[in-house]
Amino acid sequence: MDDRLEIGGVQLDSRLFIGTGKYGDDALIPAVAEASGAQVITVALRRVDLGAPTGNVMDHIPSGMRLLPNTSGARTAEEAVRIARLARAAGCGDWIKIEVISDSRHLLPDGYETARVTEILAKEGFVVLPYMNPDLYVARTLADAGAAAVMPLGAPIGTNRGLRTKEMIAILIDDQRLPVIVDAGLGRPSQACEAMEMGAAACLVNTGIASSADPVRMARAFGDAVRAGREAFLAGAGATRTTASASSPLTGFLEARP
Amino acid sequence: MTGFPELCATTMDRDLASFFARVTPDDVRRAMARSMPSADDFLTLLSPAAQGLLEEMAQRAHELTVRHFGRTMQIFTPLYLSNHCTNRCVYCGFNAGTGVARKRLTMDEVRAEGETIAASGQRQLLILTGDAPALAGVDYLERCTKILRGMFPSVTMEVFAMTEAEYARLAAAGIDGLTMFQETYDPVLYERLHPAGPKRDYAFRLGAPERGCRAGMRVVNVGALLGLSPDWRREAFLTGLHADYLQRHYPNTDVAISLPRMRPHAGHFQPATAVTDANLVQILLAQRIFLPFAGITISTREAPAFRDNIVPLGVTRMSAGVSTAVGGHASDDNADTVQFEISDHRGLAEFSTMLRSRGYQPVYKDWEPNAHVAGNRP
Ligand code: SF4
Repeated sequence: MDDRLEIGGVQLDSRLFIGTGKYGDDALIPAVAEASGAQVITVALRRVDLGAPTGNVMDHIPSGMRLLPNTSGARTAEEAVRIARLARAAGCGDWIKIEVISDSRHLLPDGYETARVTEILAKEGFVVLPYMNPDLYVARTLADAGAAAVMPLGAPIGTNRGLRTKEMIAILIDDQRLPVIVDAGLGRPSQACEAMEMGAAACLVNTGIASSADPVRMARAFGDAVRAGREAFLAGAGATRTTASASSPLTGFLEARP
Repeated sequence: MTGFPELCATTMDRDLASFFARVTPDDVRRAMARSMPSADDFLTLLSPAAQGLLEEMAQRAHELTVRHFGRTMQIFTPLYLSNHCTNRCVYCGFNAGTGVARKRLTMDEVRAEGETIAASGQRQLLILTGDAPALAGVDYLERCTKILRGMFPSVTMEVFAMTEAEYARLAAAGIDGLTMFQETYDPVLYERLHPAGPKRDYAFRLGAPERGCRAGMRVVNVGALLGLSPDWRREAFLTGLHADYLQRHYPNTDVAISLPRMRPHAGHFQPATAVTDANLVQILLAQRIFLPFAGITISTREAPAFRDNIVPLGVTRMSAGVSTAVGGHASDDNADTVQFEISDHRGLAEFSTMLRSRGYQPVYKDWEPNAHVAGNRP
């Protein structure tokens, strides 16, 4: 069966998105990308230095990959809008991942500012993918504002703690017609697999790969896990029971009538 | 809520010795395992009992740093604009009483220095002056910033304490960060070390980082000059509490910590106490565990071997390719204007090679400057 993810009119075979910001050496990026099978890669525009005499993260992005520049560093809607426009002007394309974080202590995304940016940029023709707390109302607001997907966090950024927000993400998956891409907090392939089994459209993984001892191997493991989770979702897991069958059922009397 | 000055005064009066006397190694392990350590957990990590657990703390600090910052190191370099100074800080080579040659760069010289530094590959600049507002004040800094802004995505400053309005003016001119060392949080010692000049005003300096946050500075960096006070544990504790206070009250500002240690300079002041390498490492680890998202800066005051070894321990910003002489980048004949002797003379390329050999990526640019600078929400 053809099971491709469509975002902003683009068909993707891989449902794993990867990051670039935390490698000890950007030269690892091509091998990580290849092992993961990912087709989408996010880059912080604030790290991109087009006129640099000293090398540039962009030199290491495999040419076939779809670039997802992000607005990391933005603290307000205005800053994010400006970064997005700069990214487009610099030739990074129309896709933009919105990150508006105005809390340096917890690094949680600001839903209100994110919605403002989404509205402005969607009108300008960007394919907007906002990073967000998994909040039902924020997700609906983002959808109304023209987002192409929503990207709820599984756990606070960089924590590798997995799907701590599982119940909320399940609600978003149930409610949203937009793809739900789990972003942040996925530290292990099993966690990404679980998100996919639940029906997430894709996962974005950065720290989980970059902080492992062997990023290339871990990237491959995440790619496999995301595929396995998707397969399981499509297959439809068998029903589970929470209790064993009771030997004296409570409703047995209904059948015991003469 | 109490302001930082009150918190600082209370902490100066606090009996740390009896707190430390009760700390056990198990307390230290519990404190380092906490996902959001309290102030007392932080103090526990600074205790003598924690000295025996530095390796465990280092593993924890490393893990937190890799998670939040990756294997990356921000690189910056200072540009000394002027060494005129009206203060008499007893520990500084620019002190008004020293015979050091005085110089203030002209705008042409600022441009030449900026161009030389930018051509070396540096993208993050820290501008410095002494404290002589009549000679190198806000107007002068504003003019310099306008020139340097076009060459560097990030220009931060380490200059005299200012009012909130002055900070706002420089933020609008394109300064996106502020480094303000309290030198010592101990008001009695502070008075002794600053016998004359405007910097004598302890309270005005103590409030400067907060005024910078209010004025919309993107990054605010605090620190104590380690070695000035014999009580380095209290100084390190207050530095961490200061950063924590600013983070909680100004969530929109990136709060960072610097760990400068006393260096030889043109005067004859000797540090009150030798903060050993092990002490400095303990401070670094405790601050990293207490404030997992805060930037931590180590300058070229430290020796190359030491700097190389602490790369994985929690440091996120290092200077490289440094000259502390006024106009020392574009010209060689300013050697008599140095503030203090640096220990690590490696240039940007050599330093970057060292980082890469340790599996770390040097990051030269980490900010896309905005035309306007947004202030904090109230
Ligand atoms: S520390 Fe600063 S204010 Fe004090 S003498 Fe040196 S340059 Fe002047």
